[in-house]
Amino acid sequence: MANFMSRNDLFLFLGFTIVVLAMPIWLAPFGAGYPDLLQRFMIYGIFAVGFNILFGLTGYLSFGHAAFFGVGSYAAVWSFKLLTLDAIPAMIFAVVISGLFALIIGFLSLRRSGIYFSILTLAFAQMSYNLAYSVLTPITNGETGLQLTLSDARVLDAAMGQTLVGQPVPTLLGQQLSGYAGFYLCAGFLILSFFIAQRVSGSPFGMMLKSIKSNQTRMQFTGFNTRPYALSAFVISGMYAGLAGALLAVTDPLAGAERMQWTASGEVVLMTILGGVGTLVGPVIGAWLIKYFENILSALNDQILANFWSFLPEGAADLMVQVTGKFVGDGWFLTLGLVFVLVVVFLPGGVMEGVRRIAATLKRSGTPDSKSRQTQPAE
Amino acid sequence: MAKSNVVLHVADVHKRFGGLHALADIDLQVEEGQTHAIIGPNGAGKSTLLNVIIGKLAPSSGQVVFDGAILTGRKPHQINQLGIARVFQTPEIFADLSVLHNVMIPAFAKRDGAFTLNMLRSLDSETAIRQEAEHMLEDVGMLTRRDMHAGSLSRGDKRRMELAMCLIQHPRLLLLDEPTAGMSRHDTNTTIDLLKKIKSRGMTKVIIEHDMHVVFSLADKISVLAQGRIIADGTPDEVRGNPKVQEAYLGGAH
Amino acid sequence: MFEVIFLQFLNGLDKGAAYALIALGLTLVFGTLGVVNFAHGALFMLGAFCAVMFRQFLTLETVTIDPTQLSPWGAPLEIREPLVQAWFGDFGAILVNYSVPASILITIPIMLLIGIALERGIIKHFYKRPHAEQILVTFGLAIVAQEVIKSIFGPNPIPQPMPTDLRGAADIGAWLGMQANVITYPLWRMIYFLFSAVVIGGVFAFLQFTTFGMVVRAGMADRETVGLLGINIDRRFTIMFGLASVVAGMAGVMYTPLLPPNYHLGMDFLVLSFVVVVVGGMGSLPGAVAAGFLLGILQSFASMTQIKAFFPGIDQIIIYLVAVIILLVRPRGLLGRRGVMES
Repeated sequence: MANFMSRNDLFLFLGFTIVVLAMPIWLAPFGAGYPDLLQRFMIYGIFAVGFNILFGLTGYLSFGHAAFFGVGSYAAVWSFKLLTLDAIPAMIFAVVISGLFALIIGFLSLRRSGIYFSILTLAFAQMSYNLAYSVLTPITNGETGLQLTLSDARVLDAAMGQTLVGQPVPTLLGQQLSGYAGFYLCAGFLILSFFIAQRVSGSPFGMMLKSIKSNQTRMQFTGFNTRPYALSAFVISGMYAGLAGALLAVTDPLAGAERMQWTASGEVVLMTILGGVGTLVGPVIGAWLIKYFENILSALNDQILANFWSFLPEGAADLMVQVTGKFVGDGWFLTLGLVFVLVVVFLPGGVMEGVRRIAATLKRSGTPDSKSRQTQPAE
Repeated sequence: MAKSNVVLHVADVHKRFGGLHALADIDLQVEEGQTHAIIGPNGAGKSTLLNVIIGKLAPSSGQVVFDGAILTGRKPHQINQLGIARVFQTPEIFADLSVLHNVMIPAFAKRDGAFTLNMLRSLDSETAIRQEAEHMLEDVGMLTRRDMHAGSLSRGDKRRMELAMCLIQHPRLLLLDEPTAGMSRHDTNTTIDLLKKIKSRGMTKVIIEHDMHVVFSLADKISVLAQGRIIADGTPDEVRGNPKVQEAYLGGAH
Repeated sequence: MFEVIFLQFLNGLDKGAAYALIALGLTLVFGTLGVVNFAHGALFMLGAFCAVMFRQFLTLETVTIDPTQLSPWGAPLEIREPLVQAWFGDFGAILVNYSVPASILITIPIMLLIGIALERGIIKHFYKRPHAEQILVTFGLAIVAQEVIKSIFGPNPIPQPMPTDLRGAADIGAWLGMQANVITYPLWRMIYFLFSAVVIGGVFAFLQFTTFGMVVRAGMADRETVGLLGINIDRRFTIMFGLASVVAGMAGVMYTPLLPPNYHLGMDFLVLSFVVVVVGGMGSLPGAVAAGFLLGILQSFASMTQIKAFFPGIDQIIIYLVAVIILLVRPRGLLGRRGVMES
């Protein structure tokens, strides 16, 4: 194990695993300990971890990653329809298809860098989205979204002699995936995704990706062909997005084109930034925070707010309900936008940088003479 | 001299930009193991020549041959993989990474080639490369700064680190583009000392330089460029005594 | 056949005009301030809502119930009288009728203030930060702007009527001596096109013939040198950002009768106008205008049934397709300079 993973990495990984698996327990007091929400935490965590492999390590800002997420969902649902209701083939299929899709789009988009790269990915994603709504309706079922029906072919299931009773739902080795089973499936994949991301980031390959972000010119004059490195990162992150999309289809077998819209691409960017670009756990935390507050804040209504502010005198309470009402419920995106702007302006490193700063302040106040010994550590 | 000794041959190169004849009839032979300086006043075509050598600019006619391989049209990473390392006028480094990592990265390029998908190996298990990088940092006197952010180094230290990044690849040819440009006297002197120290390693070097002090203390051979032509070629003493050179260049300086 | 092509060309003009106006401001901000502004579409949307707000203000009514008269369904008749009409009589009625063009008068100061506040408050801190961070902060601002509008005006589109006198269509075919009623073009679209031509002309004239414009153009060509000349570039940047906001806002106002504005109008147009800017060449003003019209017209042709029969769905993706092809074949766009935004 010693050569395989350093002590710190191992602790980080074990800590992460425990935190994730124990989520149903420690999140219960926060009103988030139910499988449906926890599944989304896992799924968007995977999405963000994958996105960070591209944006966090290489610095290439893609505004089109929702396309891979959507393709993963469609591929998984098609696997359920055509092959079998089992989740494993669906996920393999989804990861392969979205990886291929990312290979094509990445190959073309990575011919340019900077904002041109961002616009290219955006253009490809918007094309996919618009086509999914229009001419590709036979594959995507347009606005209705792709659903499972009793009359689907499911050749593998049929060959195995399985017949279906009632509504078709995805299974895992014959096991139904409702409730916590679904959560633990997604949690397992998040932990696996995190592990792979950790390995990638701590490998020579990961260092090359960081060097591309740091100085592409030097990288080339050092003898590296930077494009295949960036393309590999692009494809890996596309596969992560496809896996996340597939898991969303496993837990809720309905794939709609809105998953590919550029606002969805923007969301994963927000998650990564909010948590901390380029860090391992930051993007996951960002995804959890956004999904948690989305869940909490969008469920609040004026009634609840009125109760909350009832300790104030009548007029003031009404005013506070009016004001805070703008930031919750449908107004949750306003809160998200404001928080996001504040983070980018004041804390570009996201939550992780905040934690580091607080830790540094605490440490400094602990050791009075530390100012004289300050050096600039790397990373 | 046997012809096999020539490692870099700039053969009859012309470069025109529209009507401007930036390089005319350049023929330059750099011999194995020598330090060859290219000097000239501003606008003489030094940068253009360097860009032609590294393949960034295509010559209008003629070609650049390195050890039997034509460099024109090759990408920077291919040129590096042939054994040519380059030091830039303003140090090009990985400012966000540690000094140690900066020096390790080129070693990977040397060992693994232009692209390898080695994403499942741990960086911590690369002890051989780390030790090599540490030796190299010791050589340039920077081992104590190994964990610092490269971006926070002084300009002279950045240059020393960049040299270490090149040297760790054991290049057959080292291109130095004004290695002391913009440096304080002190940093210039330490850089010269370092370049003298690595001279004994038998590596071929081409230095583009403006600063006479640097050139005459380092070069085995000097080519003087003026208005896109080579007006003189020879040992430092020969060049110093050449009246054409004094007229074109040294006249003002001495 | 000629009529059909000419008609599609005309149909593309007004959309192209909108693209050109948005892209003009976007590229102006990029060229002078070096900022990639993802909130520019939101400025277009805010302009459109200036028109909405102005009309809502104009149509504030007093409601008096007249018990002596009955409405057709038997309830006491409610007499609604717009306040403006009560105060200003006929002029008030005309004002209500012409609310959209009239709202330009309030849009200019409002957008100028918004632009200056944005630049002074946030954007100026991002001049030296990486483009990725500029994209992110302006993206956040765009979300805030659209959510504020949503919480005030609601999620649904709010149609804005055009003035009654300008509702018809111009028989352009007849003007050109062709058969009558073959090539007709809605008057308002024509007005939009003419309006945009005037605004674009105004911006170019401003940059061409004023000292201020000269400095700005010099700044676009070489920011560092202009900074070294000791010219107070900061204040000019602020004004440029305000100007770009005003242009975007006016484009939004005049577009409202063609497309009822809703809160995500800005985002819809932003993606397209970025594509336009990139196709035209980042930082090139003529490029942005040319590409705006070009893409508007292309989009119009792509929606012809004859074309769609050949390439199903082409109308949905044409703009993006053009963007991808231009970027891959001619990375600096039609009229872009070298080395802009490459790193």
